[in-house]
Amino acid sequence: MKRSKLRNAEELFFRGVMIISTSVIGFALFLILWSIIKRGLPALSWEMLTQTPKGGFYFGKEGGIANAIVGSLYLASGATLLAMIIGIPVSLYMNVNLHKRKKLVNSIRFLLDVMWGIPSIVYGAFGFTFMIYFGMQSSLLAGIITVTLFIIPIMIRSIDEVLVSVPNGLMEASYSLGSTRSETSYKVFFRQCISGVTTAVLLSFGRAIGDAASVLFTTGYTDHMPTSLSQPTATLPLAIFFQMSSPIAEVKERAYASALILTLIILFISIVSRIISSKYQKNKIKL
Amino acid sequence: MDQPFFNLIFSKDWRPLSGHFGLFPFIISSLWVTILALIIAGPICLFSAIHLTQYAKTYVLKIMHPVIDILAGLPSVIFGVWGVVIVVPFVSEHIAPLFGKQTSGYTIMSGGIVLAIMIIPFVLNILIEVFKSIPEELTEVTLSLGATRWMVIKNILMRKAYPGIVSAFGLGLSRAFGETIAVLMVVGNVTLIPHGALQPGYPLPALIANNYGEMLSIPMYDSALMFAAFVLLIIVILFNFISRMVIHRMFKTM
Repeated sequence: MKRSKLRNAEELFFRGVMIISTSVIGFALFLILWSIIKRGLPALSWEMLTQTPKGGFYFGKEGGIANAIVGSLYLASGATLLAMIIGIPVSLYMNVNLHKRKKLVNSIRFLLDVMWGIPSIVYGAFGFTFMIYFGMQSSLLAGIITVTLFIIPIMIRSIDEVLVSVPNGLMEASYSLGSTRSETSYKVFFRQCISGVTTAVLLSFGRAIGDAASVLFTTGYTDHMPTSLSQPTATLPLAIFFQMSSPIAEVKERAYASALILTLIILFISIVSRIISSKYQKNKIKL
Repeated sequence: MDQPFFNLIFSKDWRPLSGHFGLFPFIISSLWVTILALIIAGPICLFSAIHLTQYAKTYVLKIMHPVIDILAGLPSVIFGVWGVVIVVPFVSEHIAPLFGKQTSGYTIMSGGIVLAIMIIPFVLNILIEVFKSIPEELTEVTLSLGATRWMVIKNILMRKAYPGIVSAFGLGLSRAFGETIAVLMVVGNVTLIPHGALQPGYPLPALIANNYGEMLSIPMYDSALMFAAFVLLIIVILFNFISRMVIHRMFKTM
């Protein structure tokens, strides 16, 4: 009797610990969002969203961070587009053409997983040496290339995760109807995983827009609206970072507001990808 | 101007202007922050992963799934802002007085807490995968023999998942090691060998990010910083490689 009581006490204790740890995670997210919203909302204004920094912006005078918002959107869209052009064919190739060569595909996955783990600052340093080698200035293009390298493993692995679940019979059926491998890839497999591709694209976009360390060296910073690929461009994470390190209270307030804008963009992306993945789930063929 | 390898790694002397580039304080700071983050995040992740895979009802999963996703998607600079607004004052007002010390709050401790929250979703996702990969028959058989749920977890699940748990922590460690902006914002950035969690530190990624501006104007400075990036890359790849290897093997045998 006594032993079983002890056992029950042990079980109860650890269940309590588990519930506490799970709530800690939920509470941490709540705390982050709440502190950003509480600090950011009062400082947020229409001016911030639509104007570029005027003279004296960094001393708390008028102006906004429109240049950083637009710059970040350009950078993330460009990088995501490039990563898509490379990532979709690679993941289709891995799952259709290399279907029989499990060992090779598994080692490719392994390498991509390791690449995913490389810190973004290392990609930034790599992009920087690359830039110097070619004699380029820090520019939007250099940033796009660096961020593309950074998000390619994420893109390929997330599309790959979806493609793996496509049933084998579908490929056999497609072959037996006389279609070639690329037809099977682009007309059957691709359609099957459009929702997965969309989620992967949104995930990569979120990573690209939020990363600061890789653009720090390569994209530079400027107060002007980005107009060309060969000019330095402001980005939102760096705008937050620079304003945050200012000792002036008004500038710090704006940093909170900028952080709120970035958070809202990320939340928006996350919600859209959730809606898309649940909406397309029912069109999939399951065997 | 060539410098021997061990000099760079183990020298404490960091004076770029006269050509002394000792990376030792930065490496030690990095280790402090990373290990502290893992000590905080590890148990939380482990217990939550067990809870979410073994006990949790569907409504808990429905809440926690988006929570983990959003936490994983938040940019590091947001964690940095949160660290400056909440964690730094908390450390300076509540944690430091507990140990009878006074700090500004910009310490290794703040860096560790911020990093811990950042790696939680990452480690948690891997742990959930690991626990899910363990065949259910194994736990069901033990349950049918009259064992309680917790006994099954302690004696079967943990033992089976042990290599997976260790490698999930390894991956979390390497993720934390390379994190830049968030740590840079809260850790203080003082070139010192830290002797405790309540002292400021200066981790490797922060060093690279802070000094890229002047690195082309001082001779050999750029090489020293690129070497720092190289050290970072090697350590991270090593950790990743070993941990991924273990996880891949584990999924294959089950």
